[in-house]
Amino acid sequence: MPKAKASEETKKELKEMAPEAAPEEEEVLLKSGDVGAGMTPEESAAPSAGAPAAEAAGEAPSAKRESVMATPQYIFKQVSNIVFGVLSPKLLKKMASAKVVTPELYDKEGYPVDGGLMDIRLGVIDPGLRCKTCGCKLKECIGHFGYIEMARPVVHIKFVPVILSLLRSTCHECGKILIPKEKLEKSKSILEKIEIEGGLRARRKAIKTIIDSLKAGNKCSHCNAKQSKISLEKPTTYMEGERRLSPIEVRARLEKIPDEDAMIFGINPATVRPEWLILTVLPVPPVTMRPSITLETGERSEDDLTHKLGDIVRINQRLFENINAGAPEIIIEDLWDLLQYHVTTFFDNDVAQLPPARHRSGQPLKTLTERIKSKEGRIRHNLAGKRTNFCARTVISPDPFIKVNEVGVPKVIAMKVTVPEVVQPWNMAYLKKFVERGPGTYPGANYVVRPDGKKKKITEETKEAALEELQPGYVVERHLMDGDITIFNRQPCLHRMSTMCHKVKVLPGRTLRLNPTVCAPYNADFDGDEMNLHVPQTEESRAEAEILMQVQTQLISPRYGLPVIGCLQDSLSGSYALTKFAELSREDAIQLLIRAGVTDVGKLPNKKTVNGREIFSVMMPDDFNFEGESRSGAKIVIKDGKLVEGVIDEKSLGEGSGFLLRALHRQYGSQTTIDILYKVFTLGNEYLQMTGFSIVISDFDLPSIAQEQIEQAIVEAENEIQTLIQQFHEGKLEAFPGRSVGETLEFKILELLNKARNKAGQLVKEHAKKDTDTRIMVDSGARGNILQLSQISAIVGQQALRGKRIEKGYRGRTLSCFKKGDISPLAHGFVRSNLKKGLSPQEFFFCNITGRDSLMDTALRTPKSGYLYRRLANAMQDLRVEYDGTVRDATGKIIQFKYGEDSVDVSRSENGKINIQRIIDTTE
Amino acid sequence: MHKDLEDYDGKLPGKMLQELEEKCPAGKLKKAAKRLYEEYLAVKVDSGESVGVVAAESIGEPSTQMTLNTFHFAGAAEMNVTMGLPRVVEILDGRKEIKTPMMEIFLKAPYNKGKDIKEIALALKETTFGELVTEFNLNVVDLKIDVKLDTERMKQLSITTATVVKSLEKGIKGATVKGEGSDLVLKLKGGEDKGLNELYKLKENVRKIYISGIKGIAQVLPVRRHEEFIIITAGSNMKKVLELDFVDAMRTTTNDVQEISEVLGIEAARQAALNEVIRVFEAQGIDVDIRHLMLVVDTMTVSGTVKGVTRYGVISEKSSVLARASFETPILHIIEAALVGESDELNSVVENVMLNQPVPIGTGLPGLVAKIDKEKLEHGETK
Repeated sequence: MPKAKASEETKKELKEMAPEAAPEEEEVLLKSGDVGAGMTPEESAAPSAGAPAAEAAGEAPSAKRESVMATPQYIFKQVSNIVFGVLSPKLLKKMASAKVVTPELYDKEGYPVDGGLMDIRLGVIDPGLRCKTCGCKLKECIGHFGYIEMARPVVHIKFVPVILSLLRSTCHECGKILIPKEKLEKSKSILEKIEIEGGLRARRKAIKTIIDSLKAGNKCSHCNAKQSKISLEKPTTYMEGERRLSPIEVRARLEKIPDEDAMIFGINPATVRPEWLILTVLPVPPVTMRPSITLETGERSEDDLTHKLGDIVRINQRLFENINAGAPEIIIEDLWDLLQYHVTTFFDNDVAQLPPARHRSGQPLKTLTERIKSKEGRIRHNLAGKRTNFCARTVISPDPFIKVNEVGVPKVIAMKVTVPEVVQPWNMAYLKKFVERGPGTYPGANYVVRPDGKKKKITEETKEAALEELQPGYVVERHLMDGDITIFNRQPCLHRMSTMCHKVKVLPGRTLRLNPTVCAPYNADFDGDEMNLHVPQTEESRAEAEILMQVQTQLISPRYGLPVIGCLQDSLSGSYALTKFAELSREDAIQLLIRAGVTDVGKLPNKKTVNGREIFSVMMPDDFNFEGESRSGAKIVIKDGKLVEGVIDEKSLGEGSGFLLRALHRQYGSQTTIDILYKVFTLGNEYLQMTGFSIVISDFDLPSIAQEQIEQAIVEAENEIQTLIQQFHEGKLEAFPGRSVGETLEFKILELLNKARNKAGQLVKEHAKKDTDTRIMVDSGARGNILQLSQISAIVGQQALRGKRIEKGYRGRTLSCFKKGDISPLAHGFVRSNLKKGLSPQEFFFCNITGRDSLMDTALRTPKSGYLYRRLANAMQDLRVEYDGTVRDATGKIIQFKYGEDSVDVSRSENGKINIQRIIDTTE
Repeated sequence: MHKDLEDYDGKLPGKMLQELEEKCPAGKLKKAAKRLYEEYLAVKVDSGESVGVVAAESIGEPSTQMTLNTFHFAGAAEMNVTMGLPRVVEILDGRKEIKTPMMEIFLKAPYNKGKDIKEIALALKETTFGELVTEFNLNVVDLKIDVKLDTERMKQLSITTATVVKSLEKGIKGATVKGEGSDLVLKLKGGEDKGLNELYKLKENVRKIYISGIKGIAQVLPVRRHEEFIIITAGSNMKKVLELDFVDAMRTTTNDVQEISEVLGIEAARQAALNEVIRVFEAQGIDVDIRHLMLVVDTMTVSGTVKGVTRYGVISEKSSVLARASFETPILHIIEAALVGESDELNSVVENVMLNQPVPIGTGLPGLVAKIDKEKLEHGETK
């Protein structure tokens, strides 16, 4: 079994604030300086079980606390590297604290049996007991390895291919590799090359091919011994010709391989001797990584690993007895095979040729390999991803009245999730008040932590004592309050804006509240979405969150260099309507601005009536100059903070474009931009509140001229198609080069139908009622587009399935109501009706076909793109910009000499560029 | 270069300087350059920035919005090309065999103005024997096949019967070929033990025998693009196409990155992969900055060959055992590491996450260099 030896070196003083979790129990002694710190109670009970680096955790001694100050803790040790290797039988025995000789677990009193699998020398999992090896109690003792002396050696399933390659390529007499001395050097250099290209397994394969190509017959060039063919009978039996090689013989052969020849196979004799790959001693993992569960009935249910180990010990003892009693060879062989099976399934219960070992219920056992691998395994589930305390999760709902960088936290949560605050002489009175109020009244405190790490819960009874005791150096864990730093997150975390820092705003209610403008980066809506809230517990983490992760720092997307946070929905409609039509009395305008949070209305011109642009201008900084375009292509001019010309819409404020916001951000920085964004957002909403905003079905009415023209366009297309079909049937249709006539017809029909639909769309755009609220939504970019508008009022159009017309269904036709071979538009998914009029049954069915198809598409795409993302992230996660400006990976290999060839950070650029024209224009 | 800009040579990227010089009136060049330099400094990346993760996010996040469909592109009669997510996956995997290989063949003058365009296109296309035949007649009694050739087609392609016979003789075993004019006779060699089955098989085999054109080019389509004619092909064989003298080798390209790597080298392959990825994202209307794509493409090609972003490619090259193990097939990596006695130096990200240590990226990168009085430290005195 491969084990990691963790060598720890004192590297440098690494200062770190206490990262411990706070278990929900009274008076828990906090351990410090542990590598395992930060684990929840359940996890620390089984510290990284099965993981190769398991021992690393134990070697870090607790840092001594010298000062009275409780919070700063110094970690003096840091793991500098982890060396992987295979433990020798000798070392295994030396490292073990107990030899396991009996499959029994407990005696009659329920006390662990000495020499059993639950021996208390292997660690403790029962409260009250002390470990015989280290003398520690439950949760302090991390467990110790034991060993089983194998009656007969067995093969380690994971090393089977390596052993095979060793046996095949070395002489069974002298153990040397079957390459003659004179050719050895050359072969080595070839192998080096192969290893660089294809890795170790390719190297081992290549050894075999080299030997075969030597055509040395089957004689060893060193001792002239004849070699016979060795094959593997899966999973674990080696055959020499027709004869079976017992693991004893295999081991004997491996022993003969000299160190330098082992190196040719990519085996480092300093860490692994080939014979160690055959197990003579089996390590027994500590009890702590296979704890038993006590059921409600008081019965004990053992871990899968314990079950498996029990099987091994039982068979092993039987084998011992039989050998000593001189039993016949067949019985011994059978037991030996059985032992091999149990040891194999102990390591891996998913070997192709073996039936998996099962529980009595028939469910397969989860043994070592299953524990480590896959998404739910130790590595990806527990090591690369960790759980935290001080977090909350509930449903989210919108609140446009909180700031963009705030999060509304329900009082219930605020009283449960706490922030530690260190008592100092100057804040003692302040913190005492929290303790006085206790956990039940907001804002109170839940715990007091003494400098020695003892944690005390505040209750009505202990309140007095805690107050008495409180002095500088103590830590009070007080309730969450307005302005506290928190980290807010929504899965799936597809980009860094999925986790941002928000400031707390405690609110009544039971949901987490967020400003709708940040929906876009989180990709959140309010149809039942839940989000997570984390409260950083140290000053460092709070500082880092505030400076690097706050919403305003994430305004510009690192993907394309434009705002990801912008106005949406009503505020866009509002801003558009305001800047396009509004004429308000000065009083109303001031009222509106005040409601939007603008207090300085001095910029508003002193006129009786003011227009929307003037109202909008109030929010712009005085020296702000901007030139841009609206969605329709019209110019927008802001001069000296006044909107002179143009309409503000999605292109200026929206997410993914937001050029106005981008310009503000560049000139005034993130804080000002987000303030302005909040005001613009609220102004838009308030304007709609003031004027009213609603849509009517008559918004989609078309004048009869338009209706006629649309009808005409469709009929024309249909007629043209009819003639095409006729030509096709008569064989007069000419095919496109490289296409059949049928395909050509399809192309032509599709083209014509699309043309007709586009024309209808154009007509709708021209003739549909202007200045209705529906049009405002469409034109401002808040919701909907002209295509959807024309689908409602004119024609839905062709339903395309995989770029073609609908062809699936019955033989020769799409639905049974059509004639066979009908290739007219209506029979292949052309929806002639509009949504207002309603669809015919066939049309409705066709729409559902494409609808279902796109649903399928989404469902199939999500895992695919998720996997692509995971691969990319794994491949590139350690690329960073070095101090010299190069991009390098973890080993220092240069990937790029200059990031992106010009060292420009996309999230600071304007859509990936520096706008040189602007610089020239603004330079006097 | 203008003298006002000389100061900034090497300080500002060449492209920016060039753009400035072109657009800016000479009078305010100096001032503008100064401002540009200031702005450039403000826009530069920070050291320690985890550009890799940002790039991965920038590609991974929008890829959820891409379509899964194969689209025909631009215009009615053109060819089907893999687009959308499957194409991105294909490129980033560094696949050897791509789904829809395709070439864009540019022509030298005067051919690019349309001279002999049809003939050229036809000559490019791989022609197999089956396409030249109008009729197969199986004669079971004499164990022979009478073949009628499509002479018109052959004339178009300027193939003579003699050349057909020659290629057939090379291509088939166990049969003799005789032919003249539009008639061809294939006779099975050997005795009576052969029957209809063999004859039938021969007929099927003979269909696929290569006669003329370029191997791998399954379809050709001359297209007019920006005032010149180019030939778009389905199927790709860059090496052979570039050897043709009427082909403009400077601009002719294929969408098969591996092939470009073999024919033109790794730098060309990098650019090709970059172009292809950009093309997909643009077709989907997704705005991803080129820097992210460049970084991905660069990690794929630094080693000198095109390596995919897979466990066999880029990720297998990682130095850290734990980083590899945390991706896929953890057991295998641990076992291999144990045999070699590999040491994980813990200098990348995941390993340090596993061990609860600061990650050497971003704010975790800077270290503190300080002189420490050893004696005092040993006495437990810390300031």
